[in-house]
Amino acid sequence: MTAESAAVEFRIDRRSGVATYLQIVQQTKQALRLGVLEPGDRLPTAREVVEATAINPNTVLKAYRELEREGLVEARRGLGTFVRRTLGGAADATAADAPLRTELADWARRARAAGLEKDDVGALFTAVLDSTYKGDEER
Amino acid sequence: MNGVAIEARGLARTYGRGGGGHRALHDCSFRLPAGRVCALVGPNGAGKSTLLNLAAGLDRPGAGTLSVLGSRDPAAVRGRIAHVAQDKPLYPQLTVADTLWAGAELNPGRWDRATADRVAGTLPGTARVRALSGGQRTRLALALALGKRPELMLLDEPMADLDPLARHELMGVLMAEAAEHGTSIVMSSHILTELEGACDYLLFVDGGRVRLGGEAEDIVSAHALLTGRDGDLAPHTVVESRTTGRQLTALVRKEGPVDTTAWSVSEPSLEELLLAHLRAPDAPPLLTPSAVPGAVREAVASA
Repeated sequence: MTAESAAVEFRIDRRSGVATYLQIVQQTKQALRLGVLEPGDRLPTAREVVEATAINPNTVLKAYRELEREGLVEARRGLGTFVRRTLGGAADATAADAPLRTELADWARRARAAGLEKDDVGALFTAVLDSTYKGDEER
Repeated sequence: MNGVAIEARGLARTYGRGGGGHRALHDCSFRLPAGRVCALVGPNGAGKSTLLNLAAGLDRPGAGTLSVLGSRDPAAVRGRIAHVAQDKPLYPQLTVADTLWAGAELNPGRWDRATADRVAGTLPGTARVRALSGGQRTRLALALALGKRPELMLLDEPMADLDPLARHELMGVLMAEAAEHGTSIVMSSHILTELEGACDYLLFVDGGRVRLGGEAEDIVSAHALLTGRDGDLAPHTVVESRTTGRQLTALVRKEGPVDTTAWSVSEPSLEELLLAHLRAPDAPPLLTPSAVPGAVREAVASA
């Protein structure tokens, strides 16, 4: 039906406990970070996604609206939904020798030395993350 | 069209006569907006099939009114409705090819042959319907229903006979139909997980009435699971509560903000919600605004 096929496909895990629309949002972002999706790429149409995954069309539209709200994709009438920009900024920061990563690794070693278990560290990290980024979600 | 697929007010249907009659539906009221994919769920004998038969114009209500696709007489709009009954009625002596041909002949001007052929897919054209397996019969019945290009699909336990692969494939076909044509779909099942994810609307029927109706998301978010030390649950409506030692676990319908200092709050799954309501037959019904049938004023105006 469309001249060019979509650049990604989504995998829905019904048992994950993560809302289905969020799974689509997260997988799209992950594809942007990994460079699987690049500016100009077309996301699959709602019809294509629901035919492959048997989920409700409104769920796909909700995910695409969210991605559009975040400025990552844009809907072009009658043509489809296209990638506007990548999430490339993160790629440098997560490289093995990046300063942020080195500092975090140091911190994790100190936490371990202080007797914290992996789960304790995870909970602590999540709590700090949540308070640091608090409010960003509602924007 | 007015954007409403089905609207029922005070619907009742009793089978058998006199005082011993079985009340399949009783004071059943709801509205289903057009373009939704609706799960019609409830225990066995709740009235799901009765409701679908009435909406398909195959039966008449004993009391109340029912309008389908804007018509007060569902039978008059049968051409725009596809109804697949639980027993998948087909002509056993016809072949698959004959059945699809009959579908085209019986739906002049509407028939979408490409869709019907695609859904029928792997079925052997020369095989007689009586030689098909239950799952194959379901596939053929859905091919007929989709080939008709209906505005409203009423599917009674459509997935019951299908293996997991066929279930996923045909559910995908139905969702694609809804995505492309805005088709309203009502699917019944007593197994919610079969429908969860595919449906954005819910009608939970129990004891012949609609107990929960509306956007699945909104129905879930209207409730909360509270855990904490035994305490006062007011002002919330308690659907179900259980005390173990000092701990109280309750599923409530929220009436205002929940005190998060006293309770650990989580959102129930749709399945937890339905099970709690099944165990609590006295919990008050809940219809979201879009599921409330129009005001009586409208009914008078359109009469």
